[in-house]
Amino acid sequence: MEFYITEFIRNVFVQNLALSLFLGMCTFLAVSQNVKTALGLGVAVTFVQAITVPVNYMIYHYILVPCGVEYLTLISFIGVIAALVQILEMFLDRYVPSLYNALGIFLPLITVNCAILAGSLFMVERSMDFGQSIRYGFESGLGWAISISLLAAIRERMQYSDVPKGLRGIGIVFITAGLMAMGYMVFSGI
Amino acid sequence: MATAKEYKEAFLSPLFATNPIALSVLGICSALAVTTKMDTALTMTIAVTSVLVCSNFAVSLIRNHIPSSIRMIVQMVIIAAMVMIVDLVLQAFAFKLSKSLSVFVSLIITNCIIMGRAEAFAMKNPPLLSIVDGLGNGFGYGLILMIVSFFREFFGSGTIFGFEVLKTVNNGGWYMPNGLMILAPSAFFIIGLIIWLFKTINPKLQEGEK
Repeated sequence: MEFYITEFIRNVFVQNLALSLFLGMCTFLAVSQNVKTALGLGVAVTFVQAITVPVNYMIYHYILVPCGVEYLTLISFIGVIAALVQILEMFLDRYVPSLYNALGIFLPLITVNCAILAGSLFMVERSMDFGQSIRYGFESGLGWAISISLLAAIRERMQYSDVPKGLRGIGIVFITAGLMAMGYMVFSGI
Repeated sequence: MATAKEYKEAFLSPLFATNPIALSVLGICSALAVTTKMDTALTMTIAVTSVLVCSNFAVSLIRNHIPSSIRMIVQMVIIAAMVMIVDLVLQAFAFKLSKSLSVFVSLIITNCIIMGRAEAFAMKNPPLLSIVDGLGNGFGYGLILMIVSFFREFFGSGTIFGFEVLKTVNNGGWYMPNGLMILAPSAFFIIGLIIWLFKTINPKLQEGEK
């Protein structure tokens, strides 16, 4: 039990995909304008991450390694991710149109969210077993979702503050994210 | 046919007016990760620019034949193939640099600039214009990367392109390297300040009162 808790904390906070490894930054900075959209995207990313990591685990260990074609890793991983995101897009368009409209261009861009591809690459690099890959996919996605929601919450409060003209909009978000990243560095001591 | 003015527009606007990093906020991950040293930043710029030009060209060539429901997969496959080529070329001719870039060459696949330009520009414009657009965006990306890596390398380790400029304390000099510059939060601050500068020079880009 203790093992799972340690692993959970490590995947969610210490090695947070967004703020300690700096992955998935594009969407992280651009879609954090309000908490609702950020949460929606966070859920979508967690969902995609939780599916792709185990699926890529199976593809890597049962197809690529036995056939000796590990150099195709990248292209097959990205193919799986793109296909899954496309399915998610159709699903949201059909059943949750409000979220679909809110996410806009950033839904297809989940495909190019480095966090997702990096999740699968880390799975290979750290030679996880199947159970670990399922947990890792879910937990790392969750960590990303938490960070983006926090940033969105800060940005909502910041609308009322008096930011210098040139920094308004995306500039101040960078500074905020930098400060948050410094905060997250504290976790690496645990 | 596109006119000369359109070409100029496609090349120049990504440098400042619609800079991919500073203003469209694309391709941030690599900008944060590879900018601790100037030579890795330069290699990354060249790699990204060449992938961007090739993928823009290829996507634009077949843009009328891609069914929209599978367009993402088609784009991804094209980009992934280009990145694999660049990766292999780097390993063959610049082995040391490709080692120091490690996974970030493969992560070019997920660099949003490339996908974003394929989706937003190459799908709607003729091949030649797309090439120019790719070049412009690649240079715009490189411009920011070089500025950020200059500050980080200069203040973080007192060197430029690996040559010692400020003699550090460890080597018997006087300069105490600023450790924060090596860590990632500094990249956020520098990019934030660059954006501030861009928007001050060109007030049209400022966001209005909210």
